[in-house]
Amino acid sequence: MSSENGMSRRAALVKLGVLLNSVVGVFLAVPIVRYLLSPVTREKKVGYESWLSLGGLEQFPAGQTRLATYRNPVVNSWDGETGDIACWVRRVDDQTFQVFAINCAHLGCPVRWFAQSNLFMCPCHGGAYYQDGSRASGPPERGLFQYQYKIEDGKLLIKAGEMPTPGQPVASKAGGKTTCA
Amino acid sequence: MRLIQKVGDWFDLRLQLGAPIRETAEHPVPRETASWFYVFGSAALTVFMLQIVTGVLLALIYVPSAGEAWNSLQTLNHGVSLGWFIRALHGWGSNFMLAIVFIHMVQVFLFGAYKFPRELTWIVGVLLLLVTLGMAFTGQVLRFDQDAYWGLGIGASIASRVPVIGPWAVKLMLGGPIIAGATLSRFFALHVFVVPGLLIAFVGVHLLMVLKLGINEWPMPGRIVRRATYMQEYHELTHKQGVPFVPNAVWKDILFSGFILLSIAVCAVYFGPFGPGGQPDPTIIQTAPRPDFFFLWLYALLSFLPPAAETPILLIGPAIGIVVLLALPFVAGEGEKSWKRRPIAVLTILLVAVSLGTLTHLAEHTPWSPVMDAWSSQPIPAEFLQGRTALERHGALVFQAKQCHNCHSLDNNGGQRGPALDAVALRLTEDQLIRQVIQGGGNMPAYGKNLSPAETTALVAFLETLHPANQKPARNASQAMALGTSEVSPR
Repeated sequence: MSSENGMSRRAALVKLGVLLNSVVGVFLAVPIVRYLLSPVTREKKVGYESWLSLGGLEQFPAGQTRLATYRNPVVNSWDGETGDIACWVRRVDDQTFQVFAINCAHLGCPVRWFAQSNLFMCPCHGGAYYQDGSRASGPPERGLFQYQYKIEDGKLLIKAGEMPTPGQPVASKAGGKTTCA
Repeated sequence: MRLIQKVGDWFDLRLQLGAPIRETAEHPVPRETASWFYVFGSAALTVFMLQIVTGVLLALIYVPSAGEAWNSLQTLNHGVSLGWFIRALHGWGSNFMLAIVFIHMVQVFLFGAYKFPRELTWIVGVLLLLVTLGMAFTGQVLRFDQDAYWGLGIGASIASRVPVIGPWAVKLMLGGPIIAGATLSRFFALHVFVVPGLLIAFVGVHLLMVLKLGINEWPMPGRIVRRATYMQEYHELTHKQGVPFVPNAVWKDILFSGFILLSIAVCAVYFGPFGPGGQPDPTIIQTAPRPDFFFLWLYALLSFLPPAAETPILLIGPAIGIVVLLALPFVAGEGEKSWKRRPIAVLTILLVAVSLGTLTHLAEHTPWSPVMDAWSSQPIPAEFLQGRTALERHGALVFQAKQCHNCHSLDNNGGQRGPALDAVALRLTEDQLIRQVIQGGGNMPAYGKNLSPAETTALVAFLETLHPANQKPARNASQAMALGTSEVSPR
């Protein structure tokens, strides 16, 4: 065997080694990427949202807006208090409700209700909303996010489980319409 | 001494690092660079090492779990001896590191150090700035309190605005549908493994290039950088007139680094650690989240951008900024280095400094936010109520009860979201006041549905009294003409 042949054989072996590592690399990359994307793929399979009870209707007097809290449906044991989410419930009349996300439609800060002036105000950048959730002033481009709701066995249920953001508002699914069961 | 020499020789025979280290230490640098202007890079590196040490110390106690992080921070502050001091060192170290990195960047920019052949050093420096900011943001999240929780909400809201992949980006950022345990875990991994790894790698490359290419010479007006001749000129500066880095230049680096470490320690002892603030419980909504100092300018900017332009500016602005910084050495790779001959560069620095300073100052006062408790905690000053009629005083009551005070100040107390009303009667006539209250406009909500006619009448009567004693309230001259009187009788 000439030395030239020997060199080319070794060069070929190096190439083979690189090829083997590339194949194994791709083979490993697929599960790694799937692992990283699990927060997205889980949504496609099971979904994050489900119907949750906010409690009996008697807690929400007609014509008033009250703070309600619920435990997020998708939680881990180590989530602690971050699994508790607040929302604003407005009872328009006997069977008509509006359930607003706590998150300002601008950048997600918690809005506060002022019953005296019938306004929601945001402490971060000064967004304000009327009692029906529509935009009153400030930087938000839209009204407050609304949860889909229904009434069952004298209880108010909302469909929740995901933090609403300007890019994915829950209202787009609810359409802001009443859906009484 | 002989023993030390022997041990040293034993190691050097095996490591063979003595000669290269000596050569590096004694490499010649241009005489004028042994200057107090050239100490910021080494100071940033020193503070980074402090951050590594204090960060590891904090990780001994800190629990990166959404349910436990806040408690473990309390334990660090109160339950572990001098835990508060280590937290304070890490927090102040972070602030100092960002400040020094900024100063270093300004100095490098004004001294033209990004020009040929140091383009890549500058580019890696820009990456170092970005990862340092990344450390600051992820570190702020690990201080898992209310500000961290809602700060993540702001981050998620911005990420969600990215076209098409926005909702995905939010879930990848949060690790799930809401801010919870998975979110903190991934920010912990970023802050402790990923970003520091990048930082160490970039620092290594950055330093290597500083050594290989040599420190930027002191810029002299008229000494023009040309690709063809620069290397030769620099070689002459260093090898003919240069001085050894150790000890001629290094003593200033060492003294300044020591001074910075001392300053961090003094701040840590005197001011103590940062937070944590309130518990990260999203059902506690009585909170006004604010970012840390170095992101305050962004917080202010977000409240001033017009709504329609906000998303494009938020998404495209940073990209443009980064591209400009990265492109700088390619656009201006040659030419004058001295700031004395580069007025645009100096003006750019001034403009950026004034803008960031102004926005930061505004963010510390948040004039755009309603003062949430002004209506119940800040009474109307007595001089606005003395000698008023019953109707006007009732109007003052409406002013408080309907939370007007949250956005409008009287005698400098109350909100600044809307204009101060001390002399509003000079600006608006009675009819204009009624219209403004009922219909809103100009960023004011409409109160027509929230006020009875009687309340509106009383409120406007009160507002009409808000003018200096020696000036009459605004009046509609055309109305007076139409009514055939020379002047509208004062109410």
